[in-house]
Amino acid sequence: MLANDLLSVTANLLIRNFRIKSMKEILSNKQGLLADESATIAMGKKLADIVKTQLKQGIVVYLYGDLGAGKTTLTRGFVQGMGHIGHVKSPTYTLVEPYELHDWLVYHFDLYRLSDPEELEYMGIRDYFADNCCCFIEWPEKGLGMIKAPDLRIDLAYSDEQRTINIQAKTALGELVINALS
Amino acid sequence: MRILGIETSCDETGIAIYDDGEGDLPKGIVAHRLYSQIAVHADYGGVVPELASRDHVRKTIPLIKEVLKEANLTPADLDGVAYTAGPGLVGALLVGCSIGRSLAYGWGLPAVPVHHMEGHLLAPMLEENVPEFPFVALLVSGGHTMLVRVDGIGRYELLGESVDDAAGEAFDKTAKLLGLDYPGGPALSKMAEQGTKGRFKLPRPMTDRPGLNFSFSGLKTAAGTVIRKEIALQKAQGNEGMDEQTHADVAYAFQEAVVDTLAIKCRRALQQCQLKRLVIAGGVSANTSLREKLAEITKKLGGEVFYPRPEFCTDNGAMIAYAGLQRLKAGTDADLSFKATPRWPLDTLSAV
Repeated sequence: MLANDLLSVTANLLIRNFRIKSMKEILSNKQGLLADESATIAMGKKLADIVKTQLKQGIVVYLYGDLGAGKTTLTRGFVQGMGHIGHVKSPTYTLVEPYELHDWLVYHFDLYRLSDPEELEYMGIRDYFADNCCCFIEWPEKGLGMIKAPDLRIDLAYSDEQRTINIQAKTALGELVINALS
Repeated sequence: MRILGIETSCDETGIAIYDDGEGDLPKGIVAHRLYSQIAVHADYGGVVPELASRDHVRKTIPLIKEVLKEANLTPADLDGVAYTAGPGLVGALLVGCSIGRSLAYGWGLPAVPVHHMEGHLLAPMLEENVPEFPFVALLVSGGHTMLVRVDGIGRYELLGESVDDAAGEAFDKTAKLLGLDYPGGPALSKMAEQGTKGRFKLPRPMTDRPGLNFSFSGLKTAAGTVIRKEIALQKAQGNEGMDEQTHADVAYAFQEAVVDTLAIKCRRALQQCQLKRLVIAGGVSANTSLREKLAEITKKLGGEVFYPRPEFCTDNGAMIAYAGLQRLKAGTDADLSFKATPRWPLDTLSAV
Protein backbone atom coordinates (compact mmCIF):
# COMPACT_ATOMS: atom_id res chain seq x y z
CA MET A 1 0.00 0.00 0.00
CA LEU A 2 2.65 2.37 1.14
CA ALA A 3 4.77 1.63 -1.88
CA ASN A 4 1.78 2.13 -4.09
CA ASP A 5 1.03 5.47 -2.45
CA LEU A 6 4.62 6.54 -2.86
CA LEU A 7 4.53 5.50 -6.43
CA SER A 8 1.41 7.48 -7.14
CA VAL A 9 2.80 10.54 -5.34
CA THR A 10 5.96 10.30 -7.36
CA ALA A 11 3.98 9.81 -10.53
CA ASN A 12 1.86 12.83 -9.68
CA LEU A 13 4.94 14.90 -8.98
CA LEU A 14 6.44 13.78 -12.25
CA ILE A 15 3.29 14.63 -14.11
CA ARG A 16 3.10 18.00 -12.43
CA ASN A 17 6.73 18.71 -13.24
CA PHE A 18 6.13 17.65 -16.74
CA ARG A 19 3.12 19.93 -16.94
CA ILE A 20 5.04 22.88 -15.57
CA LYS A 21 7.87 22.17 -17.95
CA SER A 22 5.53 21.78 -20.87
CA MET A 23 3.67 24.94 -19.86
CA LYS A 24 6.89 26.82 -20.34
CA GLU A 25 7.56 25.22 -23.65
CA ILE A 26 4.12 25.39 -25.15
CA LEU A 27 3.34 29.04 -25.89
CA SER A 28 3.44 28.42 -29.59
CA ASN A 29 2.83 30.75 -32.43
CA LYS A 30 0.98 30.47 -35.65
CA GLN A 31 1.32 32.86 -38.57
CA GLY A 32 -0.57 33.22 -41.77
CA LEU A 33 -1.74 35.44 -44.56
CA LEU A 34 -5.38 36.47 -44.95
CA ALA A 35 -6.08 37.26 -48.59
CA ASP A 36 -9.19 39.35 -48.05
CA GLU A 37 -12.11 40.14 -45.77
CA SER A 38 -13.76 36.77 -46.32
CA ALA A 39 -10.52 35.01 -45.31
CA THR A 40 -10.50 37.02 -42.07
CA ILE A 41 -14.11 36.02 -41.39
CA ALA A 42 -13.31 32.38 -42.19
CA MET A 43 -10.47 32.48 -39.64
CA GLY A 44 -12.89 33.79 -36.99
CA LYS A 45 -15.33 31.00 -37.81
CA LYS A 46 -12.57 28.41 -37.53
CA LEU A 47 -11.77 29.63 -34.03
CA ALA A 48 -15.47 29.40 -33.15
CA ASP A 49 -15.66 25.81 -34.38
CA ILE A 50 -12.73 24.86 -32.18
CA VAL A 51 -14.25 26.52 -29.10
CA LYS A 52 -17.66 24.93 -29.71
CA THR A 53 -16.44 21.41 -30.40
CA GLN A 54 -13.31 21.07 -28.28
CA LEU A 55 -13.47 23.41 -25.30
CA LYS A 56 -15.58 23.32 -22.19
CA GLN A 57 -14.87 26.91 -21.26
CA GLY A 58 -14.63 30.19 -23.10
CA ILE A 59 -11.46 31.90 -24.23
CA VAL A 60 -10.14 35.41 -23.74
CA VAL A 61 -8.57 36.87 -26.88
CA TYR A 62 -6.64 40.12 -27.09
CA LEU A 63 -6.70 41.67 -30.55
CA TYR A 64 -3.95 44.00 -31.74
CA GLY A 65 -3.75 45.94 -35.01
CA ASP A 66 -4.20 49.38 -36.53
CA LEU A 67 -7.55 50.89 -37.41
CA GLY A 68 -8.90 48.87 -40.34
CA ALA A 69 -6.58 45.89 -39.84
CA GLY A 70 -9.54 43.54 -39.36
CA LYS A 71 -10.07 43.16 -35.59
CA THR A 72 -13.83 43.64 -35.82
CA THR A 73 -14.01 41.54 -38.99
CA LEU A 74 -12.25 38.60 -37.30
CA THR A 75 -14.59 38.93 -34.32
CA ARG A 76 -17.58 39.05 -36.68
CA GLY A 77 -16.50 35.67 -38.08
CA PHE A 78 -16.16 34.28 -34.56
CA VAL A 79 -19.53 35.59 -33.33
CA GLN A 80 -21.31 34.30 -36.42
CA GLY A 81 -19.44 31.00 -36.14
CA MET A 82 -20.77 30.67 -32.60
CA GLY A 83 -24.28 30.83 -34.02
CA HIS A 84 -25.23 34.50 -34.13
CA ILE A 85 -27.49 35.43 -37.01
CA GLY A 86 -27.47 39.09 -37.91
CA HIS A 87 -25.10 42.01 -37.85
CA VAL A 88 -22.01 42.31 -35.71
CA LYS A 89 -21.60 46.02 -35.25
CA SER A 90 -18.58 47.88 -34.08
CA PRO A 91 -18.70 48.25 -30.28
CA THR A 92 -16.63 51.45 -30.37
CA TYR A 93 -19.45 53.64 -29.04
CA THR A 94 -20.88 51.16 -26.57
CA LEU A 95 -17.52 49.70 -25.39
CA VAL A 96 -19.04 46.20 -25.36
CA GLU A 97 -21.60 44.29 -27.42
CA PRO A 98 -22.98 41.11 -25.83
CA TYR A 99 -24.20 38.07 -27.77
CA GLU A 100 -26.17 35.32 -26.02
CA LEU A 101 -25.73 32.17 -28.08
CA HIS A 102 -27.10 28.85 -26.87
CA ASP A 103 -24.71 27.71 -24.11
CA TRP A 104 -22.25 30.50 -24.71
CA LEU A 105 -21.97 34.18 -24.08
CA VAL A 106 -19.70 36.16 -26.37
CA TYR A 107 -18.57 39.66 -25.46
CA HIS A 108 -17.01 41.89 -28.07
CA PHE A 109 -15.10 44.72 -26.43
CA ASP A 110 -13.57 47.79 -28.02
CA LEU A 111 -11.68 49.77 -25.42
CA TYR A 112 -10.49 52.38 -27.94
CA ARG A 113 -12.47 55.20 -26.35
CA LEU A 114 -11.68 54.21 -22.78
CA SER A 115 -9.61 56.77 -20.94
CA ASP A 116 -8.89 54.93 -17.70
CA PRO A 117 -8.92 51.17 -17.05
CA GLU A 118 -10.68 51.87 -13.74
CA GLU A 119 -13.79 52.80 -15.72
CA LEU A 120 -14.20 49.09 -16.40
CA GLU A 121 -14.81 48.42 -12.72
CA TYR A 122 -17.91 50.63 -12.88
CA MET A 123 -19.09 48.70 -15.93
CA GLY A 124 -19.01 45.50 -13.88
CA ILE A 125 -16.13 44.12 -15.92
CA ARG A 126 -15.54 41.14 -13.59
CA ASP A 127 -18.90 39.65 -14.52
CA TYR A 128 -17.81 39.36 -18.13
CA PHE A 129 -15.13 36.77 -17.52
CA ALA A 130 -17.19 33.75 -16.40
CA ASP A 131 -16.36 30.24 -17.67
CA ASN A 132 -19.00 30.12 -20.39
CA CYS A 133 -17.98 33.52 -21.75
CA CYS A 134 -15.73 34.23 -24.71
CA CYS A 135 -14.24 37.70 -24.68
CA PHE A 136 -12.73 39.27 -27.79
CA ILE A 137 -11.05 42.49 -26.77
CA GLU A 138 -9.89 45.21 -29.16
CA TRP A 139 -7.38 47.76 -27.82
CA PRO A 140 -6.74 45.66 -24.67
CA GLU A 141 -3.83 47.92 -23.73
CA LYS A 142 -6.40 50.52 -22.66
CA GLY A 143 -7.83 48.18 -20.05
CA LEU A 144 -4.73 46.50 -18.66
CA GLY A 145 -4.95 45.65 -14.99
CA MET A 146 -8.75 45.36 -15.11
CA ILE A 147 -9.25 42.66 -17.72
CA LYS A 148 -8.49 38.95 -17.49
CA ALA A 149 -5.20 37.73 -18.96
CA PRO A 150 -5.56 36.38 -22.51
CA ASP A 151 -5.54 32.77 -23.67
CA LEU A 152 -4.66 33.98 -27.15
CA ARG A 153 -3.02 37.09 -28.48
CA ILE A 154 -3.84 37.85 -32.11
CA ASP A 155 -1.96 40.47 -34.11
CA LEU A 156 -3.32 41.68 -37.42
CA ALA A 157 -1.27 43.85 -39.74
CA TYR A 158 -1.56 45.37 -43.17
CA SER A 159 0.30 43.75 -46.03
CA ASP A 160 -1.00 45.87 -48.91
CA GLU A 161 -4.56 44.67 -49.54
CA GLN A 162 -3.93 41.50 -47.57
CA ARG A 163 -3.46 41.00 -43.84
CA THR A 164 -0.91 39.05 -41.87
CA ILE A 165 -2.17 37.26 -38.79
CA ASN A 166 -0.09 36.07 -35.87
CA ILE A 167 -1.78 33.96 -33.24
CA GLN A 168 0.08 33.36 -30.02
CA ALA A 169 -0.93 31.02 -27.19
CA LYS A 170 -0.72 32.56 -23.74
CA THR A 171 -2.17 29.68 -21.68
CA ALA A 172 -2.64 25.92 -21.97
CA LEU A 173 -6.17 26.61 -23.19
CA GLY A 174 -4.79 28.87 -25.89
CA GLU A 175 -2.34 26.15 -26.85
CA LEU A 176 -5.21 23.72 -27.31
CA VAL A 177 -6.81 26.14 -29.74
CA ILE A 178 -3.61 26.69 -31.70
CA ASN A 179 -2.96 22.96 -32.00
CA ALA A 180 -6.48 22.43 -33.25
CA LEU A 181 -5.97 25.09 -35.90
CA SER A 182 -3.64 22.97 -37.98
CA MET B 1 -50.51 70.86 -22.39
CA ARG B 2 -46.88 71.30 -21.50
CA ILE B 3 -44.20 68.88 -20.50
CA LEU B 4 -40.69 68.84 -19.10
CA GLY B 5 -38.16 66.82 -21.14
CA ILE B 6 -34.97 65.33 -19.71
CA GLU B 7 -32.19 63.87 -21.88
CA THR B 8 -29.15 62.17 -20.28
CA SER B 9 -28.45 59.20 -22.54
CA CYS B 10 -24.82 59.99 -23.37
CA ASP B 11 -22.57 62.95 -22.71
CA GLU B 12 -24.98 65.89 -22.96
CA THR B 13 -27.51 66.96 -20.37
CA GLY B 14 -30.52 68.45 -22.17
CA ILE B 15 -33.56 69.96 -20.45
CA ALA B 16 -36.55 71.62 -22.13
CA ILE B 17 -40.20 72.53 -21.71
CA TYR B 18 -42.50 72.08 -24.70
CA ASP B 19 -46.03 73.46 -25.05
CA ASP B 20 -48.59 72.23 -27.57
CA GLY B 21 -50.12 75.70 -27.88
CA GLU B 22 -53.58 74.64 -26.79
CA GLY B 23 -53.45 76.70 -23.59
CA ASP B 24 -52.33 80.25 -22.89
CA LEU B 25 -48.81 79.81 -24.30
CA PRO B 26 -47.86 79.66 -27.98
CA LYS B 27 -46.95 76.30 -29.50
CA GLY B 28 -43.30 75.34 -29.31
CA ILE B 29 -40.29 75.17 -27.03
CA VAL B 30 -40.88 77.42 -24.00
CA ALA B 31 -37.31 77.15 -22.74
CA HIS B 32 -34.38 74.81 -23.17
CA ARG B 33 -30.87 74.32 -21.84
CA LEU B 34 -28.01 72.10 -22.88
CA TYR B 35 -24.87 71.25 -21.04
CA SER B 36 -22.24 69.43 -23.07
CA GLN B 37 -19.60 67.35 -21.34
CA ILE B 38 -17.35 67.26 -24.40
CA ALA B 39 -14.79 69.54 -22.76
CA VAL B 40 -14.75 67.33 -19.65
CA HIS B 41 -14.10 64.19 -21.69
CA ALA B 42 -11.58 65.89 -23.97
CA ASP B 43 -9.31 66.29 -20.95
CA TYR B 44 -9.27 62.50 -20.68
CA GLY B 45 -8.96 61.87 -24.42
CA GLY B 46 -11.96 59.60 -24.48
CA VAL B 47 -15.39 58.87 -23.11
CA VAL B 48 -15.68 58.27 -19.40
CA PRO B 49 -19.03 56.59 -18.74
CA GLU B 50 -18.85 56.91 -14.96
CA LEU B 51 -17.81 60.54 -15.17
CA ALA B 52 -20.70 61.13 -17.59
CA SER B 53 -23.18 59.79 -15.04
CA ARG B 54 -21.73 61.89 -12.24
CA ASP B 55 -21.81 64.98 -14.40
CA HIS B 56 -25.48 64.33 -15.21
CA VAL B 57 -26.17 64.03 -11.47
CA ARG B 58 -24.53 67.41 -10.95
CA LYS B 59 -26.19 69.23 -13.84
CA THR B 60 -29.72 67.86 -14.25
CA ILE B 61 -31.49 69.49 -11.26
CA PRO B 62 -29.86 72.94 -11.64
CA LEU B 63 -30.72 72.92 -15.36
CA ILE B 64 -34.35 71.99 -14.60
CA LYS B 65 -34.51 74.93 -12.17
CA GLU B 66 -33.01 77.26 -14.76
CA VAL B 67 -35.43 76.14 -17.46
CA LEU B 68 -38.47 76.58 -15.15
CA LYS B 69 -37.21 80.02 -14.19
CA GLU B 70 -36.60 81.08 -17.77
CA ALA B 71 -40.06 79.83 -18.75
CA ASN B 72 -41.52 81.65 -15.74
CA LEU B 73 -43.35 78.49 -14.77
CA THR B 74 -43.67 76.33 -11.66
CA PRO B 75 -44.02 72.55 -11.52
CA ALA B 76 -47.77 73.10 -11.01
CA ASP B 77 -47.92 74.48 -14.56
CA LEU B 78 -46.66 71.21 -16.05
CA ASP B 79 -48.74 68.25 -17.25
CA GLY B 80 -46.05 65.61 -17.31
CA VAL B 81 -42.37 64.72 -17.11
CA ALA B 82 -40.63 62.96 -20.02
CA TYR B 83 -37.18 61.40 -19.84
CA THR B 84 -34.97 59.35 -22.15
CA ALA B 85 -35.19 55.72 -21.02
CA GLY B 86 -32.94 54.29 -23.76
CA PRO B 87 -30.97 53.44 -25.79
CA GLY B 88 -27.69 54.78 -24.43
CA LEU B 89 -25.11 54.38 -21.68
CA VAL B 90 -26.86 52.65 -18.81
CA GLY B 91 -25.38 54.76 -16.00
CA ALA B 92 -26.14 57.99 -17.82
CA LEU B 93 -29.70 56.88 -18.63
CA LEU B 94 -30.35 55.91 -15.02
CA VAL B 95 -29.71 59.49 -13.88
CA GLY B 96 -32.40 60.97 -16.13
CA CYS B 97 -34.81 58.09 -15.45
CA SER B 98 -34.53 58.28 -11.70
CA ILE B 99 -34.73 62.07 -11.53
CA GLY B 100 -37.55 62.24 -14.08
CA ARG B 101 -39.61 59.45 -12.50
CA SER B 102 -39.13 60.84 -8.99
CA LEU B 103 -40.04 64.40 -9.96
CA ALA B 104 -43.19 63.16 -11.66
CA TYR B 105 -44.11 61.24 -8.52
CA GLY B 106 -43.31 64.18 -6.25
CA TRP B 107 -45.26 66.62 -8.41
CA GLY B 108 -48.15 64.22 -8.91
CA LEU B 109 -47.71 64.13 -12.70
CA PRO B 110 -47.63 61.34 -15.28
CA ALA B 111 -44.15 60.04 -16.13
CA VAL B 112 -43.27 59.38 -19.77
CA PRO B 113 -40.24 57.26 -20.74
CA VAL B 114 -39.03 58.25 -24.23
CA HIS B 115 -36.99 56.37 -26.84
CA HIS B 116 -33.95 58.48 -27.68
CA MET B 117 -34.08 57.74 -31.42
CA GLU B 118 -37.79 58.56 -31.57
CA GLY B 119 -36.79 61.94 -30.14
CA HIS B 120 -34.28 62.42 -32.99
CA LEU B 121 -36.82 61.26 -35.59
CA LEU B 122 -39.36 63.81 -34.43
CA ALA B 123 -36.93 66.69 -33.87
CA PRO B 124 -37.82 68.34 -37.24
CA MET B 125 -41.38 68.73 -35.82
CA LEU B 126 -39.96 71.51 -33.64
CA GLU B 127 -39.35 73.66 -36.72
CA GLU B 128 -41.72 75.96 -38.61
CA ASN B 129 -41.66 73.82 -41.72
CA VAL B 130 -42.99 70.52 -40.39
CA PRO B 131 -42.89 67.36 -42.55
CA GLU B 132 -46.20 65.55 -42.95
CA PHE B 133 -46.43 61.80 -42.37
CA PRO B 134 -45.43 59.53 -44.01
CA PHE B 135 -41.75 60.27 -44.64
CA VAL B 136 -38.38 58.57 -44.80
CA ALA B 137 -35.91 59.48 -42.06
CA LEU B 138 -32.15 59.13 -42.13
CA LEU B 139 -30.65 59.04 -38.63
CA VAL B 140 -26.91 59.59 -38.68
CA SER B 141 -24.69 60.03 -35.65
CA GLY B 142 -21.60 58.63 -33.99
CA GLY B 143 -23.53 55.65 -32.70
CA HIS B 144 -26.23 55.11 -35.35
CA THR B 145 -26.85 55.07 -39.08
CA MET B 146 -30.37 54.01 -40.04
CA LEU B 147 -33.09 54.60 -42.58
CA VAL B 148 -36.61 54.46 -41.18
CA ARG B 149 -40.00 54.74 -42.79
CA VAL B 150 -42.21 56.86 -40.53
CA ASP B 151 -45.97 56.55 -40.97
CA GLY B 152 -46.90 58.26 -37.73
CA ILE B 153 -45.73 58.53 -34.17
CA GLY B 154 -44.60 55.09 -33.07
CA ARG B 155 -45.18 53.65 -36.55
CA TYR B 156 -41.63 52.99 -37.64
CA GLU B 157 -40.29 50.51 -40.12
CA LEU B 158 -36.53 49.97 -40.21
CA LEU B 159 -35.52 50.06 -43.87
CA GLY B 160 -31.79 49.71 -43.42
CA GLU B 161 -28.93 50.29 -41.01
CA SER B 162 -25.17 50.06 -40.78
CA VAL B 163 -23.91 46.50 -40.54
CA ASP B 164 -20.68 47.64 -38.88
CA ASP B 165 -19.48 51.18 -38.11
CA ALA B 166 -21.86 54.14 -37.86
CA ALA B 167 -21.20 56.99 -40.32
CA GLY B 168 -20.10 59.35 -37.54
CA GLU B 169 -17.77 56.69 -36.18
CA ALA B 170 -16.16 56.24 -39.62
CA PHE B 171 -15.66 60.03 -39.70
CA ASP B 172 -13.98 59.96 -36.28
CA LYS B 173 -11.75 56.99 -37.11
CA THR B 174 -10.65 58.30 -40.48
CA ALA B 175 -9.90 61.63 -38.79
CA LYS B 176 -7.65 59.69 -36.45
CA LEU B 177 -5.86 58.13 -39.44
CA LEU B 178 -5.31 61.70 -40.69
CA GLY B 179 -3.72 62.60 -37.38
CA LEU B 180 -6.67 64.53 -35.91
CA ASP B 181 -7.62 64.23 -32.25
CA TYR B 182 -10.51 61.95 -31.38
CA PRO B 183 -13.41 62.59 -32.01
CA GLY B 184 -12.27 64.41 -35.12
CA GLY B 185 -15.26 64.08 -37.49
CA PRO B 186 -16.08 67.82 -37.60
CA ALA B 187 -12.36 68.66 -37.95
CA LEU B 188 -12.13 66.27 -40.92
CA SER B 189 -15.03 68.10 -42.60
CA LYS B 190 -13.24 71.38 -42.05
CA MET B 191 -10.07 69.91 -43.55
CA ALA B 192 -12.05 68.67 -46.56
CA GLU B 193 -13.03 72.25 -47.43
CA GLN B 194 -9.47 72.76 -48.71
CA GLY B 195 -9.44 69.45 -50.60
CA THR B 196 -9.21 68.90 -54.34
CA LYS B 197 -12.05 67.07 -56.01
CA GLY B 198 -11.02 64.00 -57.98
CA ARG B 199 -7.48 63.45 -56.75
CA PHE B 200 -8.48 60.38 -54.76
CA LYS B 201 -11.46 58.16 -55.34
CA LEU B 202 -12.81 55.99 -52.55
CA PRO B 203 -15.51 53.29 -52.89
CA ARG B 204 -19.22 53.85 -52.21
CA PRO B 205 -19.76 50.75 -50.08
CA MET B 206 -22.80 48.54 -50.73
CA THR B 207 -24.28 50.86 -53.35
CA ASP B 208 -23.64 48.36 -56.16
CA ARG B 209 -26.13 45.87 -54.75
CA PRO B 210 -29.78 46.12 -53.79
CA GLY B 211 -30.83 46.90 -50.26
CA LEU B 212 -30.70 49.78 -47.85
CA ASN B 213 -28.03 48.68 -45.40
CA PHE B 214 -24.80 50.60 -44.96
CA SER B 215 -21.23 49.54 -44.30
CA PHE B 216 -18.64 52.14 -43.40
CA SER B 217 -15.89 49.99 -41.95
CA GLY B 218 -14.45 49.18 -45.38
CA LEU B 219 -14.43 52.85 -46.36
CA LYS B 220 -12.30 53.67 -43.34
CA THR B 221 -9.94 50.85 -44.38
CA ALA B 222 -9.81 52.15 -47.97
CA ALA B 223 -8.91 55.62 -46.69
CA GLY B 224 -6.23 54.01 -44.53
CA THR B 225 -4.78 52.24 -47.57
CA VAL B 226 -4.58 55.51 -49.54
CA ILE B 227 -2.89 57.23 -46.60
CA ARG B 228 -0.31 54.48 -46.19
CA LYS B 229 0.49 54.46 -49.91
CA GLU B 230 0.87 58.24 -49.97
CA ILE B 231 3.15 58.24 -46.93
CA ALA B 232 5.33 55.52 -48.53
CA LEU B 233 5.44 57.52 -51.77
CA GLN B 234 6.45 60.72 -49.98
CA LYS B 235 9.11 58.93 -47.97
CA ALA B 236 10.54 57.39 -51.15
CA GLN B 237 10.96 60.95 -52.43
CA GLY B 238 12.82 61.93 -49.28
CA ASN B 239 9.91 63.80 -47.68
CA GLU B 240 8.83 63.30 -44.09
CA GLY B 241 5.25 62.30 -44.82
CA MET B 242 2.04 63.55 -46.34
CA ASP B 243 1.79 67.29 -46.95
CA GLU B 244 -1.14 69.41 -45.86
CA GLN B 245 -2.81 69.40 -49.27
CA THR B 246 -2.73 65.60 -49.46
CA HIS B 247 -4.36 65.41 -46.01
CA ALA B 248 -7.11 67.72 -47.25
CA ASP B 249 -7.52 65.74 -50.48
CA VAL B 250 -7.96 62.46 -48.60
CA ALA B 251 -10.44 64.15 -46.24
CA TYR B 252 -12.33 65.45 -49.26
CA ALA B 253 -12.47 62.04 -50.93
CA PHE B 254 -13.64 60.40 -47.70
CA GLN B 255 -16.39 62.91 -46.98
CA GLU B 256 -17.51 62.77 -50.60
CA ALA B 257 -17.75 58.97 -50.43
CA VAL B 258 -19.79 59.01 -47.19
CA VAL B 259 -22.13 61.74 -48.44
CA ASP B 260 -22.61 60.02 -51.80
CA THR B 261 -23.30 56.68 -50.14
CA LEU B 262 -25.86 58.18 -47.77
CA ALA B 263 -27.48 60.08 -50.64
CA ILE B 264 -27.69 57.02 -52.92
CA LYS B 265 -29.39 55.03 -50.15
CA CYS B 266 -31.77 57.88 -49.29
CA ARG B 267 -32.81 58.16 -52.92
CA ARG B 268 -33.31 54.42 -53.10
CA ALA B 269 -35.38 54.45 -49.89
CA LEU B 270 -37.61 57.27 -51.17
CA GLN B 271 -38.16 55.46 -54.47
CA GLN B 272 -38.82 52.14 -52.77
CA CYS B 273 -41.39 53.70 -50.40
CA GLN B 274 -42.75 55.95 -53.15
CA LEU B 275 -42.35 58.93 -50.87
CA LYS B 276 -40.98 62.40 -51.48
CA ARG B 277 -40.31 63.71 -48.00
CA LEU B 278 -36.96 63.04 -46.39
CA VAL B 279 -36.04 63.90 -42.79
CA ILE B 280 -32.47 63.88 -41.56
CA ALA B 281 -31.45 64.00 -37.91
CA GLY B 282 -28.57 63.09 -35.60
CA GLY B 283 -25.14 64.69 -35.19
CA VAL B 284 -23.90 64.03 -38.74
CA SER B 285 -27.03 65.70 -40.17
CA ALA B 286 -25.41 69.03 -39.31
CA ASN B 287 -22.79 68.31 -42.03
CA THR B 288 -23.16 71.03 -44.70
CA SER B 289 -21.98 68.87 -47.58
CA LEU B 290 -24.56 66.18 -46.68
CA ARG B 291 -27.37 68.74 -46.46
CA GLU B 292 -26.50 70.17 -49.88
CA LYS B 293 -26.37 66.75 -51.49
CA LEU B 294 -29.68 65.62 -49.99
CA ALA B 295 -31.36 68.88 -51.01
CA GLU B 296 -30.14 68.18 -54.56
CA ILE B 297 -31.44 64.61 -54.77
CA THR B 298 -34.82 65.35 -53.18
CA LYS B 299 -35.26 68.29 -55.54
CA LYS B 300 -34.64 66.00 -58.52
CA LEU B 301 -37.32 63.65 -57.17
CA GLY B 302 -39.71 66.55 -56.77
CA GLY B 303 -39.55 66.24 -52.99
CA GLU B 304 -38.17 68.07 -50.01
CA VAL B 305 -35.65 67.51 -47.24
CA PHE B 306 -36.39 68.50 -43.64
CA TYR B 307 -33.96 68.85 -40.78
CA PRO B 308 -33.86 70.31 -37.31
CA ARG B 309 -31.87 73.45 -36.55
CA PRO B 310 -28.22 72.60 -35.77
CA GLU B 311 -28.67 72.71 -31.98
CA PHE B 312 -31.44 70.08 -32.19
CA CYS B 313 -29.40 67.80 -34.51
CA THR B 314 -27.29 66.61 -31.62
CA ASP B 315 -28.73 65.32 -28.34
CA ASN B 316 -31.11 67.75 -26.63
CA GLY B 317 -34.03 67.94 -24.20
CA ALA B 318 -36.42 69.61 -26.65
CA MET B 319 -36.87 66.52 -28.82
CA ILE B 320 -37.51 64.40 -25.72
CA ALA B 321 -40.12 66.87 -24.48
CA TYR B 322 -41.80 66.86 -27.91
CA ALA B 323 -41.83 63.06 -28.27
CA GLY B 324 -42.89 62.77 -24.61
CA LEU B 325 -45.88 65.04 -25.12
CA GLN B 326 -47.14 62.95 -28.03
CA ARG B 327 -46.89 59.86 -25.85
CA LEU B 328 -48.49 61.64 -22.87
CA LYS B 329 -51.47 62.58 -25.02
CA ALA B 330 -51.79 58.92 -25.96
CA GLY B 331 -52.13 58.09 -22.27
CA THR B 332 -48.63 57.00 -21.28
CA ASP B 333 -48.00 57.05 -17.53
CA ALA B 334 -45.17 54.77 -16.47
CA ASP B 335 -45.48 52.86 -13.22
CA LEU B 336 -43.19 53.64 -10.32
CA SER B 337 -40.58 50.98 -11.09
CA PHE B 338 -38.55 52.85 -13.67
CA LYS B 339 -35.91 51.18 -15.77
CA ALA B 340 -33.21 52.17 -18.25
CA THR B 341 -33.05 50.20 -21.51
CA PRO B 342 -29.56 50.46 -23.07
CA ARG B 343 -30.64 48.39 -26.11
CA TRP B 344 -34.11 49.12 -27.41
CA PRO B 345 -35.06 48.46 -31.06
CA LEU B 346 -36.99 51.41 -32.52
CA ASP B 347 -39.54 49.24 -34.31
CA THR B 348 -40.80 47.72 -31.04
CA LEU B 349 -42.47 50.99 -29.98
CA SER B 350 -46.24 51.17 -29.83
CA ALA B 351 -48.11 53.32 -32.32
CA VAL B 352 -49.90 56.45 -31.14
